[in-house]
This record gives sequence, structure tokens and C-alpha cells, in this order.
Amino acid sequence: MSVGGRLENANPVIFQRSGERLMTASEEDEDVHDPIDDREIFDLIRSINDPEHPLSLEELNVVEQDRVKVNDVESTVGVEFTPTIPHCSMATLIGLSIKVKLLRSLPDRFKINVHITPGTHASEEAVNKQLADKERVAAALENSSLLEVVNQCLCTKSI
Amino acid sequence: MAADRSLLLSLVEEFVSGLQDSKAKDTATGVKEGQFTILQLVEALGPSLTSSQPHTRARGVQLLSEVLHECYGTLTEAEVEVLIAFYENRLKDHYVITPPVLQGLRALTKCTVLPPGSAVAMLRSLFQDVHVQVRVDTGLGTDFVFGFVQSMDGERDPRNLLLAFKIAKNIIRRGYDLGKFTEELFEVTSCYFPVDFTPPPNDPHGITKEELIEELRAVLTGTPKFAEFLLPLIIEKLDSDVQSAKLDSLQTLTACLSQYEHKDLAEFLEGLWTSLRREVFQTSSERIESAGLAALTALTSCLSRSVLNFDSEDSLRTFLDLVLQDCKHHLCEMDLKLVWPSAKLLQAACSASNRASHIVTAAVMPSLMDQFSSRTQCSHRRTLLEVVLKFIQSVKTSQPLDNDERVLLAFRESLCSMVFSALSETNASLQITATSMLTSLAQQTGLLLDSDIELAVDHLTKLVLTEEDDKVSLAVVECAGALAELHPEAFINKMIPRLKKEIFSEPMYLETNEVVPEKHSHHAMRQRSLATLAAVSTQPSVVWESTPVLLEVLSSAHTGSVNFSVEEVVSACCSLQRIAEQVQDTEETGRCFHDFIIPRLLSLALQASGSSGCCSPLVEETVLCAMVPVISTSCSRLQPKSTASKAVSLFLHGDVSFLPDNSIPSHVQLLKVCMDRKLLIRINILCVVKVEVPEIDQLLSQLEEMSCTCSHPLPYNSAAKCFAGLLNKHSQGDFLDSLIQRTIKRVCTELDSPCSPARIQAFTLLIWVAKALLLRYHPLCTTLTDKLFSLLDDADLGPMAADGFSLLMSDSADVLNRSCHADVRIMYRQRFFSENSAKLVQGFNAAPQEKKPNYLKALSNIVNKLPKQVQVTELPALLSLLLEALSCPDQGVQLSTLSCLEPVLIDPPPALIQQLEALVSRLLALISSPAMSVRIASLRCIRALKDSSLFQILPFRARVLRALAQPLDDKKRLVRSEAVQARGKW
Repeated sequence: MSVGGRLENANPVIFQRSGERLMTASEEDEDVHDPIDDREIFDLIRSINDPEHPLSLEELNVVEQDRVKVNDVESTVGVEFTPTIPHCSMATLIGLSIKVKLLRSLPDRFKINVHITPGTHASEEAVNKQLADKERVAAALENSSLLEVVNQCLCTKSI
Repeated sequence: MAADRSLLLSLVEEFVSGLQDSKAKDTATGVKEGQFTILQLVEALGPSLTSSQPHTRARGVQLLSEVLHECYGTLTEAEVEVLIAFYENRLKDHYVITPPVLQGLRALTKCTVLPPGSAVAMLRSLFQDVHVQVRVDTGLGTDFVFGFVQSMDGERDPRNLLLAFKIAKNIIRRGYDLGKFTEELFEVTSCYFPVDFTPPPNDPHGITKEELIEELRAVLTGTPKFAEFLLPLIIEKLDSDVQSAKLDSLQTLTACLSQYEHKDLAEFLEGLWTSLRREVFQTSSERIESAGLAALTALTSCLSRSVLNFDSEDSLRTFLDLVLQDCKHHLCEMDLKLVWPSAKLLQAACSASNRASHIVTAAVMPSLMDQFSSRTQCSHRRTLLEVVLKFIQSVKTSQPLDNDERVLLAFRESLCSMVFSALSETNASLQITATSMLTSLAQQTGLLLDSDIELAVDHLTKLVLTEEDDKVSLAVVECAGALAELHPEAFINKMIPRLKKEIFSEPMYLETNEVVPEKHSHHAMRQRSLATLAAVSTQPSVVWESTPVLLEVLSSAHTGSVNFSVEEVVSACCSLQRIAEQVQDTEETGRCFHDFIIPRLLSLALQASGSSGCCSPLVEETVLCAMVPVISTSCSRLQPKSTASKAVSLFLHGDVSFLPDNSIPSHVQLLKVCMDRKLLIRINILCVVKVEVPEIDQLLSQLEEMSCTCSHPLPYNSAAKCFAGLLNKHSQGDFLDSLIQRTIKRVCTELDSPCSPARIQAFTLLIWVAKALLLRYHPLCTTLTDKLFSLLDDADLGPMAADGFSLLMSDSADVLNRSCHADVRIMYRQRFFSENSAKLVQGFNAAPQEKKPNYLKALSNIVNKLPKQVQVTELPALLSLLLEALSCPDQGVQLSTLSCLEPVLIDPPPALIQQLEALVSRLLALISSPAMSVRIASLRCIRALKDSSLFQILPFRARVLRALAQPLDDKKRLVRSEAVQARGKW
């Protein structure tokens, strides 16, 4: 799992970063209830760093706002992510980072489902299964060196 | 031995006193053969060297020098060192001794055993004593140069080099005869070119690469005699791959060209041009490109300077032909990227001299203009237009004084048609480029005819009235401003009447459903026209024409004869203000403003306030606020005359004699009875203006009276402000002190009687006066602030007093700030804080429980306005108070305390660490505050606490994480995002 000496995808295509979310008047209004929406979830995960490159998942187009589905009322979140190349060995790590970030940033009531965009990865099913398995995610986070790698991905540069 | 010694003595005697030069040779032979040593010779010379006669001393030194010349090979290092010290010392002696000294030194430089560092010492003394003081050695000429070349050859130490370069520079500047050593001197210095030197880290001598480059350049470019060596060297170095070497070469080339003449250059022209062209065409670095262009300009102007012989060829023309041949065809191939580099090269050549401009423009312009008219694609046409614009600008820099040789005269007509056709295009960027081209054309004095200007003004007017694009209209307004400064008549005759007509035209209401866009565009047109009127008014003659239009806008808006929206009226005021700012300050404009505009404005304001109930836009607060700066700007900028006194008399006596329109009914009553608020705003002007206000005593007392008695909040507020503004500027003295005492007494009496109706008024006055005095460090200020502190315990005024501190500490927008010329000392906030923080803590501890929030609020108001650095150092002392403030129910207090705490938490003081438990539990409690801003601020503080990376916070981790789970589900998104960030940190 650790980052090897050679990059798997040495020259990825870089995408433009979207700007900050625009503030609306209703957001500053005390009495209005802002529901958790797709963009908010996307804002949470778009700044996660790629394990290989000094770029964010958004810049690599690994996550897109269209592939984030949230239902505030039913408390479910679904995130699809697209590895840059079909054989990317980092897919599990990226998925895990997204999952951990959402676990830390969302209220307990949400059920979080992170999986690979269908048809974009060679071992799609295996990775999806790993990410969906609560036990395995918990076990992975017990591993201190893995946790460190995940934390590295999650530390935001902007602050 | 004794015989040798007496022989030596006699030889010396005969040489020195007997003036027999041949004896020197004999002595030298003696030394060489080992008969006697140099040391013995010096001993023997003793009496003559210490003689009181300079000529005797000179003779002695000469003997020594000549001997040294013969036998420098036999000297030991120690001997050389002694001799050098001796000679250096001798340099300071009488001038007749200098030549033999120098000869001796020269002999010593030939020594193989020259001790390290002595060359520097030697050169330094030479440099100091010979060059600067006496300069008797021009006769030494070539020998000296040769000696110098020898001593500097192979030098490595940058200190020595720097010195050597300085000496070489002097050798060249002082006109020493270089003779056959020209090449040697060049070789020995140019081997260091280009300088590649990186000073070692912590270099004690502090010599930089730039210094070395500077000095070496001064040597190399010092004389045209080096041309034949330097130019090939530069051409060679330009081929280098090292960027800094290229840059250095180009800059050296530029520098040397100011010295050279065309005959020095002739044979290298082609090589230089090839190198320069390559640098500009192929370089990726902007610095090299601009250095290359500068070199080309220098080269061309060097060639233009040269005087032509009747039979020699015109080297300028030859060179420019070369340039044109290589560049011109690129201008015709529009799609290639070489258009810009070629154009830049040509423009660089063009800007060098008048003749060069003639040659280049004659060759280039026709084809450019042809292409402009034949091309159809907008981007191409724009590129062409920009290229032409750059040519015009480059011609501008080399404009001669004689009028008959104007460079662009031949192209005037076609240039004009080019600009006008571009202006009438629909493409925005084309139009913008055309406006800047029009500006540069107009700046070519005498180029455009009056008819051209009129046509241009017509075009601009049309664009102002119709163009919707913001960028274009901005460019058009700018261009109009530039043109109006040069050609005011055309604008007076053409543009202003037209704009006036359009401004006063009512929008067409065709159908009800079309009104909205129509109205909108009409409004935008008016705004643009008003802005243009301001932009063109730089010349007094234009001002006389444009300001009446603006005033008419105001008056017809007031009477309602034409419909103007509030924003339009405001922008008319803004235009007036802009005119006041930019117009040349002359007698005439001053008169225009003071005798005409300001009275009109005042009377309009009075009329508007008099006719309450009518819906004139002039009654609006915003309009009045826009009027004030017009008056204040014109008073402060344009020769302040009598406006201030007139306004005072208007205010005090209702003197309307200087207002133009006397139809205003019974002002006196209006003023005295109603205490109208608009007038007070007028009076604010006085506080703003930096002049001695007449009748100030009377004015002050009236203001004081008004601020204490008036029942309406606006008048007493502004009266208090005016009073404070005037107090702040009043000169120091007994009068001021007694005035303040009187006011304090009055205010205190009012405040001390709990049932007085005017308590709030008195309180307002108290705060403003306190602020005025605080700003100027007046000693009586403490009385007032103490009063303010005591009011914190007051049942009614307590909360207000706490808020008052925020007014005291912040900058006020309309009065008592630096732009109003108020007397504001630096760091008054810090001073106030350090003087009063103890009082505050004391008061807090003594106060009854229900009054404590007032103190906390006052504290947070004060601390909030302090600069962050001061906060961080001062806060530890107030920490317990601030923690107390966190549990205070008032949200404002919570918020300001949190914002104070946040920067402190990143680097917490030890006092805070002891109270972590209390701090964390209070912060966590605030997370569930009903106010969104408090929630956000407390989450930020929690994040900052984690950023401090204190190990003491680790025990709180689980607790904080649990507490942070709840705001993740906050109903407000902003709170959630803060919570996410804070939780992510923990």
C-alpha cells in the first residue's frame, strides 16, 4: 500500500479547481435551516490530497460533484470516485481516505457508502467490498502506519 | 668589509650630493656582486633620506629605486616587505619624491617573491596618494600601465579585483597614455568578463557580484579604444547559454555604446545585429529581451549621432536596412508569432532618434495600414492596430523640437481614418486599442488638425452615449479626459452641449412592457455622461462649461422639471467632487467653485430642506452626504477663500446674502427654530476643513447649546460631532481649557441629575468630546473618561456607556479622522488602554453583580480595537476577566471576547495554560449558543487551541471530539464547515 519509488501514473491530466462556494443571504440568516447538500459533501472531499501527486482529488477528477449523492432526510451519502487509471493500486487508499474524511465530518446519523465509479477500475468489486466492510475499515484504521498515510491525505493545505 | 662600507658611502654621497647618475649603476653592480646588501645601502642612505631638503630625499630614493631596478631578483620576501612599507610611506612625502618612489615600487612589483596581500596594499596606497593627490606621473604613462597590468595579472581575490577595476577605471578616465598596452590592459580585465562570482556565505567583506559587474563594466566601456576588442568579445559571450552572461553582455553593450562612434562599430554591425535579433526572437526571458531591445536602441542612437563625411556611407541607413530586411516581412505574415518580436525590434530602433523614426516608419507604416484595411478578422486587425500604436508611442519618445520634420505627418490622414474605423467597430478590444491610439496621436503635438479633433470628439461622444460595454466606456472616458486636456475648445463646443441635451432628455416610454430595459439603458447613459463630464473637466475653461450642467441636473432634480433618480443625482455630486479633485488649482477655478458652485449647492440644500414634504431627491440622506465632500474637497484643495466664514454666518445669523437665489423664505426662523438636520451636515464641513474658522467662540457655544438641548437625535448627534471636531483642532491654550472645563461642568450636571431630560444628549456630547481630546492627548481627557467609567454603574446609561467605548476606540467616518485634518496622535488606543485597563479591572471587581456585564462589554470593546500585537502582549493580565466574559450572557460580549481570544490561543501564554480546564468547558458550552456567529467563533477558538500544539490539551481530546459531533449536524452550513475543520484538526 505504501507509495512506491515509481509513480504509476506519472503524468496525470489536471482539471481546474472549482471556486469556493458562494455565500448566499439565506446562509447568513439565523432562522433558515440549510440542508446538507451535494456541494457541501463535495467541498468536504475535494481538497483531499492524492497519495501520489501533490494535487487534490478534485484536480485529478477523481471526485466530481455529479457523483456525490446525499439525502439529508434519510441520512444517506453515496460517493463514487474514479481512479485516474484502471490499475491504480491506490484506489483502496483513496476510497478509505474519502470514507474517513466523511466519517469524521458528518453527523453519526449518516450512512456512508463510498465506491468506485462502475467500469473504471480493474478490481472494482474487490475494492468496493473492502470499503463497504465496516470491520475491515475499522481494522485498517487500527494500523498506525496506514492511519498516518490517511491523515496525510486529509491534512488540508489551505490552512 | 670596512672598505666596502666606505665605498658604498662614497657612492651614495656622489650620487646624492654630486648628482652623478652613473654611480647608481656602480652601486647596483656592487649589490649584485654581493659587495653589499640592500639593507646596508638603506643604512648608508640614512642621512640623505632623513634630510630636510626634499630634493636630497628624492635623490636618495632615486638611488634606491634604480638599484632595485637592477637587482630585484635577489631580494628576499622579508626585504621586499620592508621596502614596500618604506615606499608606501614615502608616497605621502613631498611631491618631488613621488617619481622615484613610483619607480621603486615598479621595480618591486617585478619581484618574484612579492608577499601575499602586498599588491593590494601597494595598489591602495597608489590609488590614494598618487592618483588623487598629485598626479605628477603622466610622464610615467605606458610604464605605469605596464606595471599595473603586471601586478594585476592572474589576480583572484575579489577584494583585489574590485580595487584593480577601480584603478583601471581611473587609468582610463584620467587619460593616461595606454600606448601599446591597450590590448594588454583590456586582456587583463576582460578575462573576468562576464563576472561569475558567488560570494561565500557569511562573507566578511560583503563584496557582491553586482559591484564587480558594475566596476568591470565601467572599465570595459570606459574608452572607445577598447571597441575593437570588446565588441567581438560581446558577440562571443552572447552565444553563451548562461542567462546572466547574456544579460551582462547586453547591458555592457548598451553602456559602451554611449561612448562609441560609428567608426568604432562599423565592422561589427552585422555580427551585433545577428546576435541581438537572435536574442529577441528566441529568448524566453523577458529581462534578456528588454535588455536586447535597449541595446538595439543604444546602437541605433549611437549610429544616428555620428557625423557623416561626404564620401563615407550612411552607416545608420545601412544598419536600418539590415534591420528592416530581416524584420519587415514578419509584419506581413500575420499568423506567425514573429510579428511581435519584429515589431519590438523595429520600435526599439525607431525610438532611438528622429532620423531612425523617419526611416523606419516610412518603411513600415504603409504596409501595416494597407493590411489593416484589407484584413477582415478582428484579432488580426487588433494586432495590427496595437503594432501601429506601439510605433506611434516609440516615435513619441524621440520627438525633436523643430516642427517641419514631424515623423508621422505624412501618415496623418490614413492614421486618422484607421482610428475612426476601429472606433466604429463593434469589437470591444479593437475599440479600446483605438482609444489609446487616439490618445497617443493627440499627444503628438501639432500632428492632428482641428478638424480631426472635432471628428474624434464626435466619435467619443457617440460612444459615451451608446456604448454599453463597461470596459470600452471606461477607456472612452479616459481618452476623452486626455484629449480634453490638450484640446478644450472642441469639447466645449461639441461634446458638452450634446451630453447636456442627452442628459436632460426624458427616457422614451414606448410601451409599458418595454420600459424596464429602456429605462435601464437611459439611466446607464446618464451615468456615463455624468462621468465623462467629470473626466473632461481638467482645464478651467471646460470647468466653466461642465459644472453648470451638473448644477442644473441638481436643480432640475429638485424642482422636478426633469426626472432624475437618486443615484443619478448622487453621481452628479460625485462628478463635481471629482472635478474639484483633478482641476488645476488656479485663481479662476477657485473663483468658480467658491463664488458659483458652492453657494448654489448650499442654496439648493436649503431649498430642499425648507420644502419638506416634497419628494425632491435632494432631501435624501445619500445625496446630502455626497454633497458634503464636494464642498470639503474644494475648500481644502482650491485656495480656501471665504466659504468657511460665509457658511458660519449662514449658520449663525441666517445670512443669505451670498446665496444666489433670494427667494428662500424666512431662513432665520427656519434655522433657529427647527435646527434643521441638513444644515448640521453642512456645518460638518467646517470640521473637515483645515482652516481657521472665524467666529469660533460663538459657533462653539451655539453648538454646545444645541447638542445639549435639542430633542431630535440627528441634530444633537451632529452638533456634538461638530463640537468635538472643532475642539480637536482648536489651538492649545487657556481658552480651550476653560471651554472644556465649562463643557465638562455642564455635562456632569446634566448627567448627575437622574431625572434630567437631556441626559442622553449630555452623554453623547461627553463621548464625542472625550474622543476629541483623547485623539490629541489633551490632559483633561482623563476627567471625561473617568466620568465615562463611573457611568458604567449607572442604571440607565450603563449599557450605553459600555458601547461608547467602542466609539471612543474606533475611527469615525465623517469627523475626527486624519483625512479631515484632525489632530490624531499615533497609538492613542494603546495609550488609552494601558492607562485605563487597571481602572476597568478595579471597577469590575467593585461593581455589583448585575453591573458586571457592562464592564465586560466595555473591556471587550476596547480590546477589540487594539492592534493584534498589543492584544497578545496585554491579554494575559486580563485573562480572568475575559474568561468571565465568556460566561456573560450578552452575545456581543461573547463574540468580541472570542475574537480577542482566537489569536492568543495560537500561542497561549502560561497563565492561560493553568486555566485550560475553565477555558475549554466555556468554549464547548458556547458551541450550542443560539447565535450562529458565536457558534462559529467558538469553533474557531477550539481549532486555534489545537493549532497551538500544546501537550496539555491532549487530555481534553475525547471530550472535545464528542462535543464537536453535535455541531456537525448544525442547521447552518457555515457552522458545520467550521465544525468540520475543527474536528478534523483534533
